[in-house]
Amino acid sequence: MASALLFLNSRGEVLIYRSYRDDVSRTEVSQFCTQVVAAKEASEQPIVYLNGVHYIHTVQNNIFVVAAAASNINVAMILQFLYKAVEVFKAYFNGEFDENAIKKNYVLIYELLDEIMDFGLPQLTETEVLKQFITQGGLRKSIRDDQIQGALIQATGITSWRPDNIRHKNNEVYIDVIESLHVLVSSQGTVLRSEVQGQIMVKSQLSFMPECKFGMNDKLAMAGDGNSVLGDKGIAIDDIKFHQCVRLGKFDRDRSITFIPPDGVFELMTYRVTENVNLPFKLIPIVHEYDKNKIEISLKIKALFERNVFASNVVIKIPVPKNSGKTNIYAVTGKARLEPEQGAVVWRIRRFPGDSEYTLRGSVNLVPTTSDKPWSRPPVTIDFQVPMFTSSGLRVRFLRVIEKSNYKPTKWIRYITKAGSYQHRI
Amino acid sequence: MAYFASTRRGEIAELQEELNSNKPDRKKEAVKKVIAAMTVGKDVSSLFPHVIKSMETTNIDLKKLVYLYIINYAKTQPDLAILAVNSFRKDARNPSNPLIRALAVRTMGCIRVEKITEYLCEPLKDALGDDDPYVRKTAAICVAKLYDISPYLVEDDFLQILDGLLSDGNAMVVANTVAALLEITDMKGKPAIRLNSNSISRILAALPECTEWGQVSILDYLVTYTPIDIPEAESIIERVVPRLAHSNAAVVISTVKVLMKYMDFVTNSELIRSLCRKLGPILVSLLGAENEMQYVALKCINLVVQKRGNILDRDIRVFFCKYNDPIYVKLEKLEIMVQLSDLKNIDQVLYELKEYATEVDVEFVRKSVRAIGRCAIKLERAVDRCISCLLDLISLKVNFVVQEAVIVIRDIFRKYPNRYEMIIKNLFENLENLDDPEAKASMIWILGEYSDRIDDATAQIAHFIETYMDEPPQVQLQLLTATVKLFLKKPDESEGLITDLLKQSTESASNPDLRDRAYIYWRLLSSDPEAAKDIIFGEKPTISDDTLALDATLLDRLIEDLGRLSTIYRKPAEAITNKKRERQIEKQEYEEEVLEYDSSGQRIGEAVATYSGDLLGIDAEPSKRFARIPLQNVLNAQTPGVNGNMGLSIDMAFQRINGEILLDCRFTNSSQALLSDWAMQFNVNHFGLAMGEALALPDLHPGASKNTKISIVTTGKPDSNPPGVPIIIQIAIKCSLDIYYFQIPCMYTVLLSESGLLSKEEFKQTWTGVSDPSEFTHTLQAIDPSYSTYQLIQDRLEANHIFFVAGKSTETGQVSYFSTKNSKDQVVLCEIRVSNPVSAVQVTCKTPHPALAPLFIQGINFLLSTAS
Repeated sequence: MASALLFLNSRGEVLIYRSYRDDVSRTEVSQFCTQVVAAKEASEQPIVYLNGVHYIHTVQNNIFVVAAAASNINVAMILQFLYKAVEVFKAYFNGEFDENAIKKNYVLIYELLDEIMDFGLPQLTETEVLKQFITQGGLRKSIRDDQIQGALIQATGITSWRPDNIRHKNNEVYIDVIESLHVLVSSQGTVLRSEVQGQIMVKSQLSFMPECKFGMNDKLAMAGDGNSVLGDKGIAIDDIKFHQCVRLGKFDRDRSITFIPPDGVFELMTYRVTENVNLPFKLIPIVHEYDKNKIEISLKIKALFERNVFASNVVIKIPVPKNSGKTNIYAVTGKARLEPEQGAVVWRIRRFPGDSEYTLRGSVNLVPTTSDKPWSRPPVTIDFQVPMFTSSGLRVRFLRVIEKSNYKPTKWIRYITKAGSYQHRI
Repeated sequence: MAYFASTRRGEIAELQEELNSNKPDRKKEAVKKVIAAMTVGKDVSSLFPHVIKSMETTNIDLKKLVYLYIINYAKTQPDLAILAVNSFRKDARNPSNPLIRALAVRTMGCIRVEKITEYLCEPLKDALGDDDPYVRKTAAICVAKLYDISPYLVEDDFLQILDGLLSDGNAMVVANTVAALLEITDMKGKPAIRLNSNSISRILAALPECTEWGQVSILDYLVTYTPIDIPEAESIIERVVPRLAHSNAAVVISTVKVLMKYMDFVTNSELIRSLCRKLGPILVSLLGAENEMQYVALKCINLVVQKRGNILDRDIRVFFCKYNDPIYVKLEKLEIMVQLSDLKNIDQVLYELKEYATEVDVEFVRKSVRAIGRCAIKLERAVDRCISCLLDLISLKVNFVVQEAVIVIRDIFRKYPNRYEMIIKNLFENLENLDDPEAKASMIWILGEYSDRIDDATAQIAHFIETYMDEPPQVQLQLLTATVKLFLKKPDESEGLITDLLKQSTESASNPDLRDRAYIYWRLLSSDPEAAKDIIFGEKPTISDDTLALDATLLDRLIEDLGRLSTIYRKPAEAITNKKRERQIEKQEYEEEVLEYDSSGQRIGEAVATYSGDLLGIDAEPSKRFARIPLQNVLNAQTPGVNGNMGLSIDMAFQRINGEILLDCRFTNSSQALLSDWAMQFNVNHFGLAMGEALALPDLHPGASKNTKISIVTTGKPDSNPPGVPIIIQIAIKCSLDIYYFQIPCMYTVLLSESGLLSKEEFKQTWTGVSDPSEFTHTLQAIDPSYSTYQLIQDRLEANHIFFVAGKSTETGQVSYFSTKNSKDQVVLCEIRVSNPVSAVQVTCKTPHPALAPLFIQGINFLLSTAS
């Protein structure tokens, strides 16, 4: 597996270097730093081969997180591990992961690197558990031997994500159903692709070892349990992926979702829906170029959701060429102006009521330039949030919590649909 | 931040003082500073003895820091590392804290020094049987580490213990055991232990209970197993399928590969169909991952679709490129779009490709245009649509688009001749300028092929001929052929052209291919023009879109490797592993060398005489080779020179090849400047080794490395001091960067001359002439397993100028006497006792020059612990 891990800044300077095997030397690695990272060529390929060494990397906040390897390693695993490692560090550094945080915490990072990977093989990566015995940098002063023993048994046990001694004064569960809507519309207005990537985030504040069962209006699950309300057949979910706490074998057998949750916030599941996706907006953009010195824009946007629901922070970006000059734009609501750094006319609407329709009209004068490279006409993009609306129609039906001490937790549910990559070609 | 402040003079001394401080806090701070210096690449190895003093602490944080330091520097300070061994062993027995026990075992395994591994075995065995699962899971990985350093220590015992750990009650221990076995299998090149149905069901039981990484290991291990019958394959499939719903994409990809492999073993078509139906959406979901992961997933999907096309036949639209996808994702998506295109979706696909061809990224645009052509070649009934799409693009008059279209259209003409010539006109109208050689060659090909239907073909070709001599070879060759075709079709118009061109090509062209082709045409045309027509306008082989097609066996292997590097590069696993390949290259180089020498002088005659039965003498006794000494890094890029500049890295080793001593060197320039003006010199040494020629090294560009060999003579000025063990030669090297001093060890065997064979009498005389105190005895334990019989050992020694004088077999083994002479004609004699079967070799040596004895024993040890 991986021979070494490195964190580099964008100038290719080594911030952290941990070698796991000696088939890759520090000298070899420095070639990647100078020839690829410092030379700004790293964005072209996530996997680079250089003089017998393979470099697999991802970039987070301008930090290059790199794994070097000399053998036929499982890249998928290493990439996932790199993402996970960044997550762990963020959890330790209060959400920050940048050059300063790394330099400040390098001792802690080395200690973590020692624990989360051994001989290039990923090991324990559950933050909650790591925090029990990786304490460098004064997170907790000293731990007694028996505490360590408990932590270790738990770390290697079946529920490695949850210590068994958790107590909460108020037992509460928050469920957030967050849907990202990915849409691609052709310049003729036909929907080429629409897909919902959903995420169910759970914040669990439950004591001891609660056994949970979660239900939603999944067509296949409802067909099985027979007690669904007549007329509600549920929705077709293309694919579901679960947090490792969910018992996959049980789900495969009868599509029931059962688990012992980690404490705190975690992603219970992600899902994908492509059938019967409700689009919250309809766009009709027209961008017309007049003889190389003027562009005329008109854009109509209509909300397709119900009147009692509001969308918030709607931002529509209508791209214009780099050489745009004077603009003359008129919109019925919100603020619209040319933002040169975005290369677009940006129209912001704070609050967008359901079942309403707005229009923007305007023109942009183009400054004559020497380059005659044609304008690439990037797509119009839109960003929004619609609370209490799900594009897929997904609903949570129940969450049952069973614990020996028999407490009754309070449950909260929220829904929101956000724009993912929502592009309308022009 | 303060830790990374710049180096000051005397920093090391200051750190040393702090390390020896009595205050624990100050000590810890000092170790932290040392680690920081290490991170930025400073050499703090000289502090080794001071740092390891802090190892005996009860403070676990400090201990971890010290361990980290030891891992980093043990390799360069093996003797000092041994000092740490006792502390490690003590920690490994810590009764109260499993974390410390695990830490000690883990760290010892990371110290990749062979000397230490002997001490590791016993604590490792204890750890494998520890009560605490955390210690056991750490120890399991450690076995793989041990195998990497000393495979022979692991072979029997430890593999058996690992086999036993597969039934451990703790899932994480099982997962790590599997991971270790996988690693050993990879290193060994064949399975570490034999898997059977029983062990498979044990690891399957651990699958749902271990961490996500453990699941990946277990799934990867399952792929290496071949099910014994259909029910077993079906039951494995059934137990693996639920993993498809895991949130970790690596688990999903590994599950997909297990299913893809095991599907080949089942016959139930309903089961296969339902699996394929399941896999489709799963693969598509992977496209929702991070960009890098998407890239890996697309590479995997490509292979899966090649193997089972029906998995993703429904929806091609998910592979349409988004405007903001990174270029590497876009290019992979294009591949899959071409792969999935069929008559039902071709309109959609072409619409998309046309859209992409108007974007700005040149590479993406070209590949998109190329993809249109590939669709045309793949789908005969859609060619018309592809052509009209291309024409639309051509009419946009974007030069690189048109050029790419020319190439694509040439292929379409090749595949479907005489159907679409009417579009040639459009091509000419929209072409401003041809600067891409392939496009130019394609255009010329079209001109030649259809010269009878293009009115001004002669003028066009004549126009290209004007710059004939300046064109790249590809264009020249195409132009030559096209002119010949033109001549055959329109002889009246172009006679002048062809004679001129043939003349130019045969008289002044420097490219032999071009010249030869011109000669052939010339003769063909002058002897039989009708035959020339038949040949030149003969039927052409058909082309097809085979950019994707992989050989079926390679495809199956890649499916088993899904998610690994080999699937990214689409090459078999052997081509990826660096270590093995390097070894092969070294071996090749060596063989080439041997051949060189063989062909250079009289030896070839001998070879023929000796191996008359085997004319080529290829496999003739490989053990007759002189041992090759591995290159050793003698100067690394972080070592500053006299003026403080660093960046030069040198690997060297003395070799003896065919009676000559050579210094094998590799210079690597890791600095940012061009290195030139090389000079090198040896310091005086005991054996009078000196350079036989000046260092002739070309200028070295940044990042480049260069191998060279320098011949060495033994006639230099000798040093009167006795030689050390090993023999150390000090070398100074000067280049435009700086002056460096470094030292390189020399193996004694290199100095042994061909004339070392003594007669029995001479031997007896010398042997008895030397008094006993100068007798050295040493038992060699680590004999390479390839020396399985006494004869092989004798062959190995004789090949390296240690000559057999006499010997006898005894009940327990063999006793033999050998003689040697070095370059100064100093004699070393030895008695070698080899047990039967070979397990240990006892060497006793006698010499009038006692200083040579340890060197000699070191040499024999090297010879017998490495394979020939």
